[in-house]
Amino acid sequence: MPNTPRIAVVDYGMGNLYSVCHACRHVGLGAFVTGDPEEVFRAGAVILPGVGAFGDAMATLRSLGMVEALRNYAATGKLLFGICLGLQLLMERSYEFGEHEGLGLIPGEVVRFPDAVMGVRKIKVPQIGWNRVKEARPGAWVGTPLEPLRDGVYQYFVHSYIVRPALEDFVVARTVYGDVAFCSAAAAGNIFACQFHPERSGPQGIQIYKQFAALVSS
Amino acid sequence: MNIRVIPRLDIKGPNLVKGIHLEGLRVLGKPEHFARFYYESGADELIYLDVVASLYERNSLHDIIKRTSREIFIPLTVGGGLRTIDDIRAVLRAGADKVAVNTAGIRRPDLITEAASRFGSSTILVSIEAIRHSDGRYEACTDNGRERTGIDPFEWAERAVDLGAGEIMVTSVDREGTGKGFDLELTRRIAESVDVPVIACGGAGAPDDVLAVVQEGRADAVALASILHYGCLRTIDESEFAAEGNVEFLTGRRTPFSKITPSALADVKRRLAEAGVECRPVEETGCA
Repeated sequence: MPNTPRIAVVDYGMGNLYSVCHACRHVGLGAFVTGDPEEVFRAGAVILPGVGAFGDAMATLRSLGMVEALRNYAATGKLLFGICLGLQLLMERSYEFGEHEGLGLIPGEVVRFPDAVMGVRKIKVPQIGWNRVKEARPGAWVGTPLEPLRDGVYQYFVHSYIVRPALEDFVVARTVYGDVAFCSAAAAGNIFACQFHPERSGPQGIQIYKQFAALVSS
Repeated sequence: MNIRVIPRLDIKGPNLVKGIHLEGLRVLGKPEHFARFYYESGADELIYLDVVASLYERNSLHDIIKRTSREIFIPLTVGGGLRTIDDIRAVLRAGADKVAVNTAGIRRPDLITEAASRFGSSTILVSIEAIRHSDGRYEACTDNGRERTGIDPFEWAERAVDLGAGEIMVTSVDREGTGKGFDLELTRRIAESVDVPVIACGGAGAPDDVLAVVQEGRADAVALASILHYGCLRTIDESEFAAEGNVEFLTGRRTPFSKITPSALADVKRRLAEAGVECRPVEETGCA
């Protein structure tokens, strides 16, 4: 892919960035890991990954000067792709171990999985494993990295918290765990984010990166 | 909740090995071959366990992780001999998604808390090996059953979760490599005592054993070795093993124990699905 913009993968010391970078390279995207707000602001597109606790993540982003950089970057209209904790950080606030302010790029909040059951079994939290991702409403995936995928596609999840966007319009995909339906992908303008890990979701996860690459290059 | 089926690859130096109960290790081939084969046949995750875990062989383990994570896009858990935060960081940097901690966590439980707070609970899997005594009592052990600890595995599982473990893997040392089926009581008692997912390991001889440990043992995931490896060996060209030693054993394509029915991931998942157990069907993985 000639002249593909360089993708900044935001490094704030939380979680495994290597699999995200490998997936980018696999689909021909030039990705670089950076904790420098200036580089993030100037990048062609930004991926915000993350594993770990919300409060720690925001504290680190703040100390790096990354909160303003990400808000300013998002205002340019270039693509921002959040993954897992990266989705949750986009919300206005989280209730993980206290109450924490988020980036506020998508109105909504982050809450713990409600106690749920499946048959006689209480469901385990964290949810670790594969689950179906369903279109929130017909056409919800159009223009997002999910567009080429079949409705109900399996993706890999690892999380104890879920996002609740303030408006239905921001919900792109839903997933059911036990008897709880939650938002598994959200979008607002140039921002797209998912709770699952496409870089760990086999060929159908790689397809999401391919589509992201196509959107970045278009 | 979708049950995960996870091939477990035991690694010694550059090789995939399989420990046979009371018999020692056999070389089966290059772990990367098996990893790719399992990825393409619908594995939900992979586990690499360094069974020797000598420090001077660490580089070959890191190389195997790097090569695997570059081309295999499912979660990879790595364990065996991880003693410090630096050891854990090194395998995560090489491309592992999760680490399995056993011996070091028993010796110094704070390691679990420190690792969980630094890398996230969901990155830290605590592996519990247990033996069953003749009076029915269970005891946790380390080093593939060689060292007894005097610790009750059920209390240890609950404590490990309190310390920050995001997942528990429980291995029956008595059943491991025998094909006699999982230890259902061991698995169930642990699965019912913790809120985090439990991976059952050790003893699968046929797809029905997997079904039993999910239904009766309440396992959230299963780790399989012999049953899949012997199935995989049947599909690989003999010439690939020519230079890897133990050729006679490998090319004989026999199952060393009649109790193990060589199976494919698809066979295992089909058996689960037939019984109404949810799992990600091989046909929906997007693999050719």
